[in-house]
Amino acid sequence: MITVNVRFFATVKDLVGADEIELMLEEGALASRVLDHLAERYPRLSGWRKHLRLAVNSEYAEGTRLLQDGDEVAIIPPVSGG
Amino acid sequence: MINIVRHPIDVQEVLRSVQVPEAGAIDIFVGTTRNHSSGKEVLSLEYEAYEPMALKEMEKIENKVRSRWAVHRFAMVHRVGRVGIGEASIVIAVSASHRREAFEACHYAIDTLKREVPIWKREIFADGEMWVGFQGEEPQE
Repeated sequence: MITVNVRFFATVKDLVGADEIELMLEEGALASRVLDHLAERYPRLSGWRKHLRLAVNSEYAEGTRLLQDGDEVAIIPPVSGG
Repeated sequence: MINIVRHPIDVQEVLRSVQVPEAGAIDIFVGTTRNHSSGKEVLSLEYEAYEPMALKEMEKIENKVRSRWAVHRFAMVHRVGRVGIGEASIVIAVSASHRREAFEACHYAIDTLKREVPIWKREIFADGEMWVGFQGEEPQE
C-alpha cells in the first residue's frame, strides 16, 4: 500500500469539508484512482469530475501518472486568479 | 520579483523592481476588484492559492516570457485573502528595450496566469458568496 496526501481548494474543499486528507492506495495506483475514490466517497463531486485537473507534487499531471508513497496530490478545480 | 502576498500590493515597488537603464518601455498590468459581476453588486473578492504550485507556475510564465520575447526584468505579484473594490489582486510588470515586447509579454503573462496558476477567487455578494468557475451545484459547460 502507498499513502498519498490529497489537497483540496475552493468549492471542492467546501464539498469535501476538509482541506486535506490522507489516502491509502494500492501499490501501482494511478492518479485517476484518487478521483475515483473521491467520487465514491463524495458523490456530489462526481458531477465536477471532468472539470477537475490533477497535480502531483506541485506539477500538473494526467490521470495516468503513477503515484508513489508520500506524493502530494492536489485536486485543481477551474482556476480563477487575477 | 515573483511573489504571493497577503497585504496590499505596492505598485510603485513592483514598478521599481523592473526599472533598468536598458529599458525603453515598461508595461504594467494591474487587476483590480470590480464592483459588479453577472449583474449583481460585488462587495469584495477573496482569493485562495495552492501556494507552492502557484509560485512554480508563475516562475514558468516568466521562463516562457523570456524564451519568447527579449525582456529585461519581469515581476508578478498576486495578493490572496480579501481584496476590496478597486484594490489590486495582481500586478505584472515587464521591462524591455522596446514597447512591442513589453506589451506582448505582459499580455501573455496575465492571460496565462488566468489559465494555469492555481489561485481561486470567491465573489462576496450581499446575499451570498460563490467561487468563480462554479455555477451552483454543477459546472456550466
